[in-house]
Amino acid sequence: MTELLVQGGYLIASVLFILAIKLLASPRTARQGNLLGALGMLIGVVVTLLHRQIVRYEWIGVGVGVGAALAAWLALTVKMTAMPQMVSLLNGFGGAASALVAGAEAGRALYTGSLADLSFFSLLTIGLSVLIGAVTFTGSLIAFAKLQEVMTGRPIVLPAHHGQSLLLLGVSLAGMGYLLYAQQELGLWVLAAAAAILGVWITLPVGGADMPVIVAFLNSLSGLAAAATGFVLTNYLLIIAGVLVGASGLILTQIMARAMNRSLWNVLFGAVGAQGPAATAEGRTVRSTTAEDVALMLAYAKEVVIIPGYGMAVAQAQHAVKKLTDALEKRGVQVRFAIHPVAGRMPGHMNVLLAEADIPYEKLYEMERINPDMPQVDVALVIGANDVVNPAARTDPHSPLYGMPIIDADKARTVVVLKRSMNPGFAGVENALFYQPNTYMLFGDARKSLEAVVEALKEV
Amino acid sequence: MTEALFLVFIFMLAAFLGFELISKVPPTLHTPLMSGSNAISGVTLVGALVVAGEQQTPLLTAVGVLAVVLATLNAVGGFLVTDRMLKFFRRR
Repeated sequence: MTELLVQGGYLIASVLFILAIKLLASPRTARQGNLLGALGMLIGVVVTLLHRQIVRYEWIGVGVGVGAALAAWLALTVKMTAMPQMVSLLNGFGGAASALVAGAEAGRALYTGSLADLSFFSLLTIGLSVLIGAVTFTGSLIAFAKLQEVMTGRPIVLPAHHGQSLLLLGVSLAGMGYLLYAQQELGLWVLAAAAAILGVWITLPVGGADMPVIVAFLNSLSGLAAAATGFVLTNYLLIIAGVLVGASGLILTQIMARAMNRSLWNVLFGAVGAQGPAATAEGRTVRSTTAEDVALMLAYAKEVVIIPGYGMAVAQAQHAVKKLTDALEKRGVQVRFAIHPVAGRMPGHMNVLLAEADIPYEKLYEMERINPDMPQVDVALVIGANDVVNPAARTDPHSPLYGMPIIDADKARTVVVLKRSMNPGFAGVENALFYQPNTYMLFGDARKSLEAVVEALKEV
Repeated sequence: MTEALFLVFIFMLAAFLGFELISKVPPTLHTPLMSGSNAISGVTLVGALVVAGEQQTPLLTAVGVLAVVLATLNAVGGFLVTDRMLKFFRRR
């Protein structure tokens, strides 16, 4: 009877998870979807507490209490600009939890007898769960450290890096083999240790603008770790929910990789920063301008397209962007936003920041939709974006960026670039856009620059 | 063995369903999709609860409690942060 209640609860929770993701497809229903997901989780947890194997509740209470309190504190205080590292961190926790649960299953067999009591299938899925979970955990922690700038955000490539990664994968699989065929505990430990180092090794060579790909990939792995744990426990809810997340992460990974014209393999194993820049800036000069001039150009434009990038997030400039948009619209200037899929450090990063600043999502245009209009645009205002507007991606076959779809800012009548300094972008590639005769550079912190432009607009 | 195969069936069907559902999510919602699905992967909590609540060795209980803390962080943190983001996407 209890079993029926538990499984019935899991069925309802599965349906709620599926509905949650379905409702996430529209901004109008997304919030409701998220609530349904949370409800599904609550139902799953409550019916689990009826499980006959559970005999004590005090430690469960402590664990849930500590976890929920920490989660609430983190989730309610984190800044919107810090969302990529927040998601990475939570992702890592999920991966670790899945690996621990699968490991505990092995621990239980050791306590009551030996690993030989477990079926081949159980040992295999325990191994997979520990492998994927451990990679997710350490990989996500490194991604977190990079995004939080605890360590350098640039790619770190050791000598024969990919050989080392393959070796680590080989050691993990050897541990798995020992676990499966000798049923020895040592196999699981070797597997776990090698997988944990492998997670670090996979994430180290990925940096800067490639981060959205690895963040999405680790998200996918955390789902697969949960699904593998579902196989270990014969728990349908875990399998279904885990696979949904795995699929979601995989699709996002694909979208991100495609937006950079690279394969996932290339992102994981071909660090961009390691390549030399193709074009150099020899003998060319850029034109620097002032906030007052920018205000004039914007005030007398009919159509303005704003192209935000990671620099907007770093400068926390989204609210200043909103102020500028309002001021321009009051003057009858049409303002639209062009969003590149990999702008920022995670999929959809710019969209969330602009939404936070209360800019309606109807004004946000995807690259494919805005590019045909770019030649008619009076001013393209680039805020802290670089590689995603580099025309070399279209024109220079020697550029590392060649072939990557970009926003055609260079085709606008006038281009204004807000930038901290003349340092090249993450890819270390010179940007030909900056040297165009119709491009003006406004140097400085993006937020301060924008506020100065808004001030100057009042005088125009 | 047939049971293992049955689990693989479920895995496969859910994978196809997942691909269908997620390819309909617009880019503007990709961050909330990620954090929301991330929260859902915290469902491993249901496994962690059993480990933490069983009468086994103190070591296993400790492992279970740690898993409960981590999975709860993942789930609760994920849903809360997603809700915070989605509030911005209200239609005015």
